[in-house]
Amino acid sequence: MSKQKEVRILAIESSCDETAAAVVVDGRDVRSNIISSQIALHTIYGGVVPELASRKHIEKINQVIEEALREAQMTFDDIDVIGVTYGPGLVGALLVGVAEAKAISYARKIPLVGVHHIEGHICANYIENKELEPPFLCLIVSGGHTHLVQVQDYGVYEILGRTMDDAAGEAFDKVARAIGLGYPGGPKIERVARQGNPDAIPFPRAHVAGDGYNFSFSGMKSAVLNYLNSCRMKEIEIVQEDVAASFQQAVIDVLIGNAEKALEQTNMKKFAIAGGVASNAALRHAMEAVCTRHGAAFYHPSPILCTDNAAMIGAAAYYEHLAGRYAGLDLNAVPNLKLGERL
Amino acid sequence: MKLLAIDSSGLVASVAVVCDEDLLGEFTVNYKKTHSQTLLPMLDELAKMIELDLSSLDAIAVAGGPGSFTGLRIGSATVKGLAMALDKPVVQVPTVDAIAYNLAGHRDLVCPLMDARRNQTYTGLYRFCGNRMEVIKAQCAVDIGEILADINHIGEPAVFLGDGTAVFRPAIVEQCCVSYTFAPPHVNKQRAGALAALAIQYFIEGKAVTAEEHRPDYLRLSQAERERMEKEHA
Repeated sequence: MSKQKEVRILAIESSCDETAAAVVVDGRDVRSNIISSQIALHTIYGGVVPELASRKHIEKINQVIEEALREAQMTFDDIDVIGVTYGPGLVGALLVGVAEAKAISYARKIPLVGVHHIEGHICANYIENKELEPPFLCLIVSGGHTHLVQVQDYGVYEILGRTMDDAAGEAFDKVARAIGLGYPGGPKIERVARQGNPDAIPFPRAHVAGDGYNFSFSGMKSAVLNYLNSCRMKEIEIVQEDVAASFQQAVIDVLIGNAEKALEQTNMKKFAIAGGVASNAALRHAMEAVCTRHGAAFYHPSPILCTDNAAMIGAAAYYEHLAGRYAGLDLNAVPNLKLGERL
Repeated sequence: MKLLAIDSSGLVASVAVVCDEDLLGEFTVNYKKTHSQTLLPMLDELAKMIELDLSSLDAIAVAGGPGSFTGLRIGSATVKGLAMALDKPVVQVPTVDAIAYNLAGHRDLVCPLMDARRNQTYTGLYRFCGNRMEVIKAQCAVDIGEILADINHIGEPAVFLGDGTAVFRPAIVEQCCVSYTFAPPHVNKQRAGALAALAIQYFIEGKAVTAEEHRPDYLRLSQAERERMEKEHA
């Protein structure tokens, strides 16, 4: 018997403001990971403009795919599976990747897999941690999502908790705007916070009622805005660094609180973080400390795999492929696709 | 030469394959369903019917705009994907030109009207000499009054078509001073067959681009850009 052939996946991601393509072998071996970022385009608008994002995707997508193949030293002939993000995200943005992926799949008779964007973020952890296998706990924190999930098996998730209002990353963006840092808020707050005192301002740590693991960040954001207003009224100097550090600490405390509760109650010994905010060093260090306390192994992707990218989509697509779940030519973009849902 | 054409610029989704002087097949649906779900299955169905070998195509044509922003991108991304994967050139035909070509051979001024919202129409003016199409006014986004004034100025009979005819009929009745007609249902909307036939001419004239180069021509800025410019001017 010959050795089982490796599975080469071309992955495409266009759910928000990054146009990305990657080639991933057997789910964990990244041969290329090309990202065309649109941050500069959206900065003047203070946030992502969906129509502009979609226009940029269509301009960049072929170039990004060709570069991903070139860097992996492959052609379409070498590709076994195409994976594409089909939700959640901005519908117009998603549609570019979905239509493109379907067309390539059809033209070259390559099986197509639709990937959930958040599953992609979770699977980003497999790339640099070859030993990581389900089950494990995963905290996904990004501009659009805040989920605490129990990954029971590949492609099988139990959502323990989620945000009831703003995503954590969204709160970062809004606070960054309020203290004059601008978009994108996450990295800017993190940078400024390094010079600030996290205990300077006691912003509330909102706990959602009940014994679940849900989050709430909109109250925290409002508390920051109220604090800024009252400072202005009383003509108290606003120390940007302290506001950033105190707000960031409040968000981290809430995230860590639920994560720790989940570690205690599920007795799981593996914990991963994922999503754009997972590249925040303060969050990573705090989470690592919690894991150490509980004797749990801690996993996190490198910053390049935390941001929206296609390598993570390739990782997720591999396990969908192994499960035999393929998409048809009628695959559509699903802007509010639920985690674990299969359409 | 063999050419595949795709139009998803409006409510209609349409795919067609033309080979030299023959339309081998066309699949046109004018029904509210997401193009994203219908377009490739339509192509697949058509391809099976006519035993199309995709590698035998010389080029792939697309309605290159204007139209619904999302609709245009579904067509463009589909064509960019097909053309890249098959290594074929892309012929980007202005949407309004392609609509006008439905009436090739017509003796009147041909005026497609697409509903561009915000009281505007994507339109143009065309005249046929046999099957050769002369562009009198290139496609543009203007108020309906402007294009009707152009027609009145030329003073020749006109024929209207496109999804905008329903919306703008009252304005036509009120403002059009020349005799006019409306095209019948089978040729009054986007048809990939007409797009393909015109695209062959464009291709022969050397108007092809690479899959990478192709991008829709929206004829309009996004709302965010427009508002930002208005703010800057104010």
